[in-house]
Amino acid sequence: MRQWLSLHAQAMRHVIARLRKNMLATFMMWCVMGITLSLPGVLYIAIDNLNRVAGSVQSEPQISLFLKLDIQPDAIADIKKRLSDHAEVAGYRFVSKQDAWEELKKNSGLGSISDLEQNPLPDAFFIQPKGSNPEAIEGLQHELQQWPGVELAQLDATWIKRLYAVLELGRKAVLILAVLLGFALLAIIGNTIRLQVVTQLDEIEVSKLIGATDNFIRRPFLYAGTFYGLGGGLAALVFLLGITLLFNSSTAEIARLYSSDFNLHFLDFFSSLSLIFIAALLGWIGSYTAVNRSLRRLGK
Amino acid sequence: MIVFDQVSKRYPGSQEVLRNVSFEIQSGDMVFVIGHSGAGKSTLLKLIAATERPTSGTVLIGNQNVSKLRPAAIPYLRRKFGLVFQDHKLLYDRNCYENVALPLYINGITGSEAGKRIRAALDKVGLLGKEKALPITLSGGEQQRLAIARAVVSRPSILIADEPTGNLDEGYASEIMGLFHAFQQVGVTIIIATHDISSIDSQAAVLQLNQGQLEDWRRSARQASAETVQP
Repeated sequence: MRQWLSLHAQAMRHVIARLRKNMLATFMMWCVMGITLSLPGVLYIAIDNLNRVAGSVQSEPQISLFLKLDIQPDAIADIKKRLSDHAEVAGYRFVSKQDAWEELKKNSGLGSISDLEQNPLPDAFFIQPKGSNPEAIEGLQHELQQWPGVELAQLDATWIKRLYAVLELGRKAVLILAVLLGFALLAIIGNTIRLQVVTQLDEIEVSKLIGATDNFIRRPFLYAGTFYGLGGGLAALVFLLGITLLFNSSTAEIARLYSSDFNLHFLDFFSSLSLIFIAALLGWIGSYTAVNRSLRRLGK
Repeated sequence: MIVFDQVSKRYPGSQEVLRNVSFEIQSGDMVFVIGHSGAGKSTLLKLIAATERPTSGTVLIGNQNVSKLRPAAIPYLRRKFGLVFQDHKLLYDRNCYENVALPLYINGITGSEAGKRIRAALDKVGLLGKEKALPITLSGGEQQRLAIARAVVSRPSILIADEPTGNLDEGYASEIMGLFHAFQQVGVTIIIATHDISSIDSQAAVLQLNQGQLEDWRRSARQASAETVQP
């Protein structure tokens, strides 16, 4: 165990010394990785924020509750009471059949409507549900449909479904972009490590001849790859933070003009951590495949 | 300790470099492998050091059959050997201390224990004052001695040297032979390939190769006397 630890500590020291010797190259590598990682990162932040906006819009999804034509006034009062008590209802507006009739006569501009003998319109409630989760709203709609005296509960949710569909598409785009750029990173790191292997071929050959295991030879390269990944992940976080701050200075102005408190949110702690972790993992995998290929070519 | 039984070696696209070679080296012997260049000396040493595998026949190192070892076990076998290469194979981007440290690091030995051993090895070859020097600044003889220090620092039981006095003038050559004798005194088996017959000591065993075949096999005085004592 102690030997194992000392082997690792030694490989790490070796790698850090080597990275410091090539500080500029290491720095460039981090920047390249950071930029590559921040592309899907920016898109992710955009989607994430759109999602927040969608979540904060409460006024729009609306359920129209049309009552039966022959409903009694005390039944209407009962529905009013049930709506005020309902946990998922944020607010409601009652439009009586007379009001609706007057409104229609006033606004339609159709003179012939006034000639109708009977008011064809029902009493209606317009309900704002709490939250914007389409499933919850749909559940509420089904529930309201079952209430006595209700003829039809109509959900005006197509626009929110569309928004969620677009967000879903955006999320897929982030995923595809991330996967593609992940492969690009593997290639970049793999190539860098391969070049390092080539410059240290003498050392590898001698080490093998005097009894180094493949693990011993691989170890410093794996550390180097992981360090590249870690640094690249951190660089990406810094870039993303910079981009968010830059955007916020102008979004704040726009939001103020629209008298809203909208603000771009940065990645949360967990997402930041996974970004760094994924970057380090990519570094490890990239260097592992590169070193293995070189070891196999050295053979014996 | 080292047994060759009907060993042949053929590289792809060439004739047999070694043909049906059989011999046995006792622990603690000093063995010279001689022959013209191209006789197969280097190949023989590589087979002993398990850096090559025989095409046919068996090579036993301390009762382990090299051809049957798993690839993962080969590095551990190689750690029994100290190797001095014909072309030194020093690392020119590292100083003397770090060059000698390499075998210890491979064995997972670091820190003060490693430092002690490295200085002892450098001291033995007379390079203690040059710890920080880069190998390129050393003379040919010093580079050779540095290579020997690296070969012995991990205290191997077998020391294998390919033409260790090859490019050196006589003074250096006898100095280095003296080093090998000193190691033999403490029980290390020494195997040296050379074309310099004058450096061979009359007590040592001699393997003479000619075009891949064992032409002559003179056993060491030690071994011969041991056999007469117990018939």
